[in-house]
Amino acid sequence: MIEIEGLTKTFGEGPTAFTALDDVSVTIQSNEFFTLLGPSGCGKTTLLRTIAGFLDPTRGKLTLDGEDLLSKPPHHRPVNTVFQSYALFPHMTVSENIAFGLQMLKRPKAEISATVSEMLELVQMTAMADRKTAQISGGQQQRVALARALAPRPKVLLLDEPLSALDFKLRKEMQLELKRLQHETGITFVFVTHDQEEALTMSDRIAVMNAGTIRQIGGPRDIYDHPAERFVADFIGDTNFLKAQMLSTEGAGSKVRLSSGAEIMAKPAQGEPPATNGASVTLAVRPEHADLCDPNSALLAGSLKNVVYFGTDTHYHVGLESGEMFILRRQNQPGHTQNWATGDRVGLDFAPGTAQILKD
Amino acid sequence: MSDMALSDPAPSPETRARRERRSRWLLLTPALVILSLAASGPLLVVVIYSFLTPGDYGGVEWQFSLDPWFNVVAERDFFTEELKLADAHLLVFWRSIKLSLMTAILCLIVGFPTAYFIATRPAHRRDMWMLLIMIPFWTNLLIRTFAIMELIRNQGTINTLLMASGVIDEPIQMLYTEFSVLVGMTYVYLPLMILPIYASMERLDFNLVEAGYDLYATRLQVLRRIIFPLVKPGVVAGSILVFVPCLGAYVTPRVLGGGKQLMLGNLIELQFGQLRNWPLGAALALTLLAVVMVALVFYVRAIGREGEHNA
Repeated sequence: MIEIEGLTKTFGEGPTAFTALDDVSVTIQSNEFFTLLGPSGCGKTTLLRTIAGFLDPTRGKLTLDGEDLLSKPPHHRPVNTVFQSYALFPHMTVSENIAFGLQMLKRPKAEISATVSEMLELVQMTAMADRKTAQISGGQQQRVALARALAPRPKVLLLDEPLSALDFKLRKEMQLELKRLQHETGITFVFVTHDQEEALTMSDRIAVMNAGTIRQIGGPRDIYDHPAERFVADFIGDTNFLKAQMLSTEGAGSKVRLSSGAEIMAKPAQGEPPATNGASVTLAVRPEHADLCDPNSALLAGSLKNVVYFGTDTHYHVGLESGEMFILRRQNQPGHTQNWATGDRVGLDFAPGTAQILKD
Repeated sequence: MSDMALSDPAPSPETRARRERRSRWLLLTPALVILSLAASGPLLVVVIYSFLTPGDYGGVEWQFSLDPWFNVVAERDFFTEELKLADAHLLVFWRSIKLSLMTAILCLIVGFPTAYFIATRPAHRRDMWMLLIMIPFWTNLLIRTFAIMELIRNQGTINTLLMASGVIDEPIQMLYTEFSVLVGMTYVYLPLMILPIYASMERLDFNLVEAGYDLYATRLQVLRRIIFPLVKPGVVAGSILVFVPCLGAYVTPRVLGGGKQLMLGNLIELQFGQLRNWPLGAALALTLLAVVMVALVFYVRAIGREGEHNA
């Protein structure tokens, strides 16, 4: 279990100082696939490098299974890293790379060679054992980097955007592969990425970061279905934002009035007391949760600005009467005929309880 | 025919290849001429002179003789005609090799951390550091050597300061010793060590260093197992660049050795100057060349074998 408390990292001093991590607190469970997700510059890599020991935080606490990590140099931490650039040693073969950590730990020779062959098998690289790292492909280098970091059996494996250099298909494969490896080894994975889809498909829990702070922590479904604030809703998946007015709190839901005057139940904001009645709030509606319908019986109405065909589904861009733009997505089913054309007046509908009220 | 070929709008691939080959040789000709005249020519003269008889007032007599080569390693006693080893020559050879090796090692010990330091500075500062290393290199060699002399002579800066502060009562004799030659040559040739090491170090991916620490290597292990093997080409180049000119160094041992610590360069100069034995000088110069080549072959072989093992 990694416990991080009030971790702050400031680079530079005075007016040019830059706070990369601002009072970050989070607990990562053992055997968890934990993802740090955010745009570049949000502090996710800084947090990862602090756990690895390459950066000293300005303030804060960092413990692993109750043991202080900050007082230890990187080579005394039971933590290994898979680097974004892989950082394989070019003067060593694949198996020498994998053996390196174990050699530094002064493990017996027999154990090292056994672990190396086990790791080669685990990442399906046995045939390449004696190749130099420059003689294998990017995907294979990725596997070797994984095997090298897993070989010493660290308590925690840190992965710094390890898939970003791979092409689309290979990336999909490696996502499943990583998930499998995490399952088989039972090691805690801390995974850094800016790719929300990658985060959603692989993680047990995700911490969404922005500007040096953690904005929301939760499971993939949690984060997707219940974004706490505008940044999270916007960063994870596509979202439409609608202005609305809080009417009343009814049980677990809140009743709001949309710009058209229509009233509907919405999910209340995460971890906050419900907004006072009459206050103006922002709603987040996922594009796939809304549908087009007859404008006269609709929640909202507007004119169809654009229709974009995507193969699996079609995106409709609707200019609402309030001036807001709403994008909705319909799956293309066989026999589905398109009844709407650009310029038509269309209605928008979504089920009660699908819209999420956001924190301000 | 050739006119036709030139005006041919689409010459055959063979014609084009032939023309390309011809123009390549034509372009190379000036360089080849200069190289053969300037490099091989004088060397040939030296080889020929080493098999001739010395003239009375310098120069050579055109009479074949093996004496010069014989005299490199042996000499005949002036009175008894007895043969014995040319101790003086061998001593100079030994001193040259020893001091050159020590200089190369000292330069490596000083130059490696320096190159590492510069390579780990922010990119925009590195040029400034390299400039500081290069400025002395652009200064006249004689002036730098005299500056060292000023520092270490008996009434020089170091001895004066040490005596004034009461650490010593009498000046330490540093000038005109092997020590002073060593210091002088290390100072003079240090940039030649730093430059190639820095060039390899700058290309080093410092993620690899982090990866080393991450995989439980200590600083020393990272240096030995990761940094050193990767910058080895620079170390090899630097060692050769320092060792070879040191073997033939002339100014530094002359000024800082004060005629007592002769090195090969000085010995050769003596033959062409005061002793007026040009053939012996030529033979000594060729012996130096042979020593350098043998040393290089051994060195490159040794490094190469190690390279096969872990490069």
